[in-house]
Amino acid sequence: MGKPNAYDDIPGTTVFDAQRSRQGYHLNMFCMSLMKSENRAAFKAGEPAYLDRYPMSKAQRQAVLDRDWNRMISLGGNIYYLAKLFFNDHKSFQHVAAIMTGSTQEEYAAMMLKGGRPPEGNRTLADWKKRERKKHG
Amino acid sequence: MARIVAGVTMSHVPAIGAALDNGKSGEPYWKKVFDGFERSKEWIRKIKPDVILLVYNDHAVAFSLDIIPTFALGCAAEFPVADEGWGPRPVPKVIGHPELAAHIAQSVILDEFDLTVVNKMEVDHGLTVPLSLMYGQPKAWPCPVIPLAVNVVVYPPPTAHRCYQLGRAIRKAIGSYEKDLRVVVFGTGGMSHQLQGPRAGFINSKFDRRFLDRMTKDPKSLTRITHLELLREAGSEGIELVMWLIMRGALDEKVREVHRFYHVPASNTAVGHLILENVK
Repeated sequence: MGKPNAYDDIPGTTVFDAQRSRQGYHLNMFCMSLMKSENRAAFKAGEPAYLDRYPMSKAQRQAVLDRDWNRMISLGGNIYYLAKLFFNDHKSFQHVAAIMTGSTQEEYAAMMLKGGRPPEGNRTLADWKKRERKKHG
Repeated sequence: MARIVAGVTMSHVPAIGAALDNGKSGEPYWKKVFDGFERSKEWIRKIKPDVILLVYNDHAVAFSLDIIPTFALGCAAEFPVADEGWGPRPVPKVIGHPELAAHIAQSVILDEFDLTVVNKMEVDHGLTVPLSLMYGQPKAWPCPVIPLAVNVVVYPPPTAHRCYQLGRAIRKAIGSYEKDLRVVVFGTGGMSHQLQGPRAGFINSKFDRRFLDRMTKDPKSLTRITHLELLREAGSEGIELVMWLIMRGALDEKVREVHRFYHVPASNTAVGHLILENVK
């Protein structure tokens, strides 16, 4: 591994770089396979058996079964690949975004209608630490 | 000789395509988006390009993690509309312009842009949503389209400066094609948005509006934007904005802004749209 990357200072964000794309290769390629209807049917018929086709880590496999989106991202998943999995579950980008941000879909949609999550207080890890301190202090 | 007459930028949010395809474009939420393109439809009917060169990114559809080309130029005669998992969008297939595309490939590679030539490729919403926004729902797209797919999914995408320089090389290539063709370049994607992680929903309107201003008046300043600034200020998926610089590099330095539209939100994304004409 090289030095820490400057972009790791952006809070709540995992940049899908070459290292992560290597780590998440099988996880992402599994997701992509769900673009084909015969694969969707096989996955539906038995998720664990279907996942055996892709040599991903135990943690990645569990995150898929749990539909733990943030965990999948931390293990090398990329959102455009994960989208094939949540589309297969008949879930939208907004639905999954709400889950990843720890809000309800109503709260999330309302935030977007009000102009989205603002840059103020959301630029650096220090911004989020400050907010945590305020919340608890 | 062929020449570039104008450039268009716009977001390519998949939900916009779905809204149109499912007859929801009249609903208040979506009408606000589509209304911003009414003038654009009129404009493109009048301008009537002979060819569109459309810069976009593939979203894990035609390309996977097996092969990740930074710049991939579509040189095929046609490009089928991809099934992204819920059936292909009900839009016409995309007809290419293999002769001009091959000419561009040859010219820019000799100009030291080592792009990938693609002779077989399906196209996803990144390419079809912009066409839908500009042309509505025709039986056939009115002109051939040359797709230029840029990797913005796996970090790092090409730099803003590199994209701008590629635009310059494309302009030179098109200018040296001997048939009399009027070309419009589309640069798509953006504006600020983030689809992943606890910061999802990130929007930075101030940054976006300044970006739109600079696209028209001071594009060279945009070539100095770093990836870090784009990720931080425009969101992890807002980095797509580098693709706009290819379009901008293909235009004259001085342009006339014909139309501008900005709206938040379309699903998770800030929609930005510009029409810029070469002054001549």
